[in-house]
Amino acid sequence: MTAPPLDLLQPDAPPTIVPPSPDGSRVPYSVFTSQAIYDREQERIFRGPTWSFLGLEAEIKQPGDFKSTFIGDTPVVMTRTEDGALAAWVNRCAHRGAMVCRQLRGNAASHACVYHQWRYDLEGNLYGVPFLRGLNGQAGMPADFDRSKNGLRKLRVESYAGLVFATFSETVEPLADYIGPVMGGFIDRIFHKPVAYLGCTRQFSNSNWKLYLENVKDPYHASLLHLFHTTFNIFRVGMKAHCVTDGRHGMHSIIMAIKEEQAETSEAYKEQKIRAFDSGFALEDDSILALVPEYEVMATNHIQPIFPQLVIQQIHNTLVARQLLPKGPNAFELVFHFFGYEDDTPEMRKLRIKQANLVGPAGYISMEDTEATELVQQGVVRDGRATSVIDMAKDAPEQSDTLITEKLIRSFWAGYSTLMGFEAADPFGAALA
Amino acid sequence: MIDMTLRQTLLALQDEYISTLDTDALELWPEMFVEDCLYEIIPKENADLGLPAPVIYCDSKAMLRDRVVSLRNANIFQPAIYRHFISGLSFLTEADGTVEMRCSYLVINTSQLGQSTVYQTGRYHDVVVQRDGRWLFKSKRAIYDTSRIQTALAIPI
Repeated sequence: MTAPPLDLLQPDAPPTIVPPSPDGSRVPYSVFTSQAIYDREQERIFRGPTWSFLGLEAEIKQPGDFKSTFIGDTPVVMTRTEDGALAAWVNRCAHRGAMVCRQLRGNAASHACVYHQWRYDLEGNLYGVPFLRGLNGQAGMPADFDRSKNGLRKLRVESYAGLVFATFSETVEPLADYIGPVMGGFIDRIFHKPVAYLGCTRQFSNSNWKLYLENVKDPYHASLLHLFHTTFNIFRVGMKAHCVTDGRHGMHSIIMAIKEEQAETSEAYKEQKIRAFDSGFALEDDSILALVPEYEVMATNHIQPIFPQLVIQQIHNTLVARQLLPKGPNAFELVFHFFGYEDDTPEMRKLRIKQANLVGPAGYISMEDTEATELVQQGVVRDGRATSVIDMAKDAPEQSDTLITEKLIRSFWAGYSTLMGFEAADPFGAALA
Repeated sequence: MIDMTLRQTLLALQDEYISTLDTDALELWPEMFVEDCLYEIIPKENADLGLPAPVIYCDSKAMLRDRVVSLRNANIFQPAIYRHFISGLSFLTEADGTVEMRCSYLVINTSQLGQSTVYQTGRYHDVVVQRDGRWLFKSKRAIYDTSRIQTALAIPI
């Protein structure tokens, strides 16, 4: 028996990764599976020039209120300081690296690491070090140990309309500029008055976080994957649509489906023989599809990703800020922060809770999304150089009033490539090697 | 102390409930509730803070039937087998034909590939009433500990 060729015994060569095409329409599948790409995303995106959504101001109303969360996969804490300001810091003791805050939420006047009781104020400044000056004349910390230089890693924090964001970057533009005027206008639509936090639900998916971002930038799938719409005659391809990006870096976007009285497209569906179109079903209790007017534009769906960690959602009268958290190349978590308005009537609040049935992990019009992203994750194994085909409405870039388009996804991938430094002059494979 | 016969009857009701779900007899599931029932699946995290955000919230038997029609005809989800296990049944109050009871539950999910995993653990907070000689759920709240729901939640708990 002959020995195998020597090169088969060598460890794999460094991965040479094909970047997405500049127009964002061809994306190599390795971006969904590669650990090297995932690590680069943590540095260049989540610790790069971006603002990551942490939560709602309404979750931490009182001084000392805090919540543990993440930027990318780095644990961070957001809290409200004694003077009512917002603060956020990396949840890692400056001493030996232990997580300082061990609770999901709570209220505290200060935070101490349990390991050696190093104690920090709400802004993350170190003020307590046990045995700083030693004990009984024995040495403590060196005389030049400076507490002011050994605090928690503080993050820049800003809020926009009650949404709290933080960044590792010292140079990224202020939050309002990062969001931009176009996206800011759509956020203002939802956050036009004080909101009340109603609790959160969590969903875990064995698929890459960017597959979820593609999903929320993909109006094409809505009526095809989510058959609840068509089965119960709710959301039609013929509804008036509005799909635009921020018009700057193209990473934020919005999909709005606007209600029109006579949007009759069942014929269009029947002509295309799309599976399971059936007008024979009706809901016994259709109040979950009520749409009580609250905004100038009567949209049934407002889906607005603010890159990289936030998706603002208004579906009928249910309101959610979804936080998207990467958990390695093959997993992500979604945290659905439900909210209403402080001045909701009891009836309105009840309707929002009832309409929660539409969204989240058991949502009538959302439970298929993680199914779909997991099917992609399972399908792309081993073929990292093969690409997806993202061409829908590519020849009509100015068209923004249709749901049959993939332009928001293309715009996302183009921006992603720039942020990741995938330019031809900097071949990613070489950079990784 | 609850009468032992009643305890046996209500334990049998819980067994019937999980058996209905585990044998995919979903059409019979709403029939175990009164018309103006409450059925809810909510994370313990919210229940403990008194916050209302649910995963499923139905305030009528009609909404339960809608859920079944949707699961059968509209929604797409991986076929999987769910097995429910209950333990620690306890009784809080009994008055005027209404009983408030609680028990722990465990749901094991077996995928098409044959892997069995813990899908959810939690507590049922139930209120049952007797109607025409039959015990029915007036309220059933599944308050779950497994806050991270894996992939999706299609079949009721």
